[in-house]
Amino acid sequence: MTMLHISSLTKRYGGQIALDGVDLTIAPGERVALLGHNGAGKSTLMKMALGLLPPSSGNITIAGHAPGSRTARDLTAYLPENIAFHPTLTGREQIRHFLRLRGRLAAEADGLLAKVGLADAARRRIGTYSKGMRQRVGLAQALIGGPALMVLDEPTSGLDPVSRREFYALLDELATRGTAILMSSHALSEVEVRTDRIAILSKGRKVADGSLSVLRNDAALPLTVQLRPRQGFTAQVAAAFPEAKQVGDILTMTCAQTDKLGILTRITAVRDTIQDFDFLPPSLDDIYVQISQSAA
Amino acid sequence: MLLRILSTFHIEFAIALRNRWLSIAVVMMVLFSLVLAIAGSAPTGALGADRLSVTVASLTSLSVYLVPLMALVISFDAIAGEIERGTLPLYLAYPVSRGELLVGKLAAQSVLIIIAVCLGYGAAALVALWFSGWGAMDGMAALLRLVWTSVLLGAVFLSLGQMISGLSRRPSAAAGMAIGLWLVAVVLYDLGLLAAIVADDGGAFTTRVFPWLLVANPADALRIYNLAASDAVGAASGLAGAAQSIALWKPLASLLIWVVLAAGLARFAFGRVKL
Repeated sequence: MTMLHISSLTKRYGGQIALDGVDLTIAPGERVALLGHNGAGKSTLMKMALGLLPPSSGNITIAGHAPGSRTARDLTAYLPENIAFHPTLTGREQIRHFLRLRGRLAAEADGLLAKVGLADAARRRIGTYSKGMRQRVGLAQALIGGPALMVLDEPTSGLDPVSRREFYALLDELATRGTAILMSSHALSEVEVRTDRIAILSKGRKVADGSLSVLRNDAALPLTVQLRPRQGFTAQVAAAFPEAKQVGDILTMTCAQTDKLGILTRITAVRDTIQDFDFLPPSLDDIYVQISQSAA
Repeated sequence: MLLRILSTFHIEFAIALRNRWLSIAVVMMVLFSLVLAIAGSAPTGALGADRLSVTVASLTSLSVYLVPLMALVISFDAIAGEIERGTLPLYLAYPVSRGELLVGKLAAQSVLIIIAVCLGYGAAALVALWFSGWGAMDGMAALLRLVWTSVLLGAVFLSLGQMISGLSRRPSAAAGMAIGLWLVAVVLYDLGLLAAIVADDGGAFTTRVFPWLLVANPADALRIYNLAASDAVGAASGLAGAAQSIALWKPLASLLIWVVLAAGLARFAFGRVKL
């Protein structure tokens, strides 16, 4: 069963193509990150999944229902990018309003605000909130009623590292209870490893879709190998690894994913001259840049 | 549906209170009403009209100018503000329709107009009672008529303000367009008609077209209806002849049609807002 099913989705604005034949499915309890540059089509895809924009062609269903239909809206929660809310309302008033719009009890507001860490600020006006606090109000409304599908547009922008961790903990909790989550981000390093799958959009086309380890293999970026020779043995190590560059006491070189064992064998051969060594995987941002550029 | 409209009404009313729209509207209405009620009492004896009727004649002009302005100021942010804050796509992702949002906002803003008009004209009635005792009560029917027609005129311009808000999409642009609409509807329109009558010099335009054009403008419709519906008010305004040449139902029908038409235009403009 899939909660969100998107097939050959295309959106044209005049002659410009914002989204080009994108397929994407999300199962209940699955967390999928949608990555791409500004203008890659992330927000467009999300708005079409919510029924806010009509697709030019292609098909979207939410648990079998058309996006924007009453049932689909009841099932779906949304957190738009850069949401501000009315500055004169308190966080509590705003959440009580959202609860009533969903036909739920306004009394649930305090619990929701406590869950996102705003219990103390609940009765202050949103105008006095920081960007991160406003983002938490947005998150609180997205939690209403434990939605079946959550669509979050850049939810972690404006959150400090601690808040971001708390935010992912909330997502984990929802996912365990079966909520399908689609969230977008600029950077792979932002979504961390706590998503089940990562889809990358570039210029309106989906260029990758898989778990982080799959993407890592697809990118086929070399590892970085660092060697720290024993005192006085630097020259010997440099001779054994002529491809390595020396920076200070440390020798650095690259190595293909498939060649890890070969390098390890060479290190073992000169083990007496080496104090320590490290294999550093390519950074998440390196992988992301590699995939989106190779597709373009 | 009713719950969603009520919740929108509730939140919009809270916003209007915090924005001081209500206090500004009430202060303006009460202040102008009192000034007109006190200053506008001089011609009473000469015209043989009761004091309150004379006051109503002055207050009618106040309604024509001030109520549309208040309504536009209150409503121009309705849609453009939600777009600017990024809350519009969120609301529309909820199980709430554009129509429900508009009705909730219109209801909350209408209550502001009702409160401001009742307090303002209530103050004027008290002044009339104070100076003339119960004799002033003869004009009470005229005052009540002015109150409810002013609320209708307010509803027309609230909806037109929402329409502008949806068309312009940015609060600053909406504010500019709202002032422009006010100038055209309540100032330039009448000046244009006046110029046309002078140029026409009693010809076909003045006798056939002019009455319809006058009635077609909701602000003028309010003026004519209130002046024509009461002999005393008409006499006090000095416009009895002009006003009574138009059948009473026409300006009233115009006002009512405008209430529905403007709400429809607002809904249409909101429907065209792309996200």
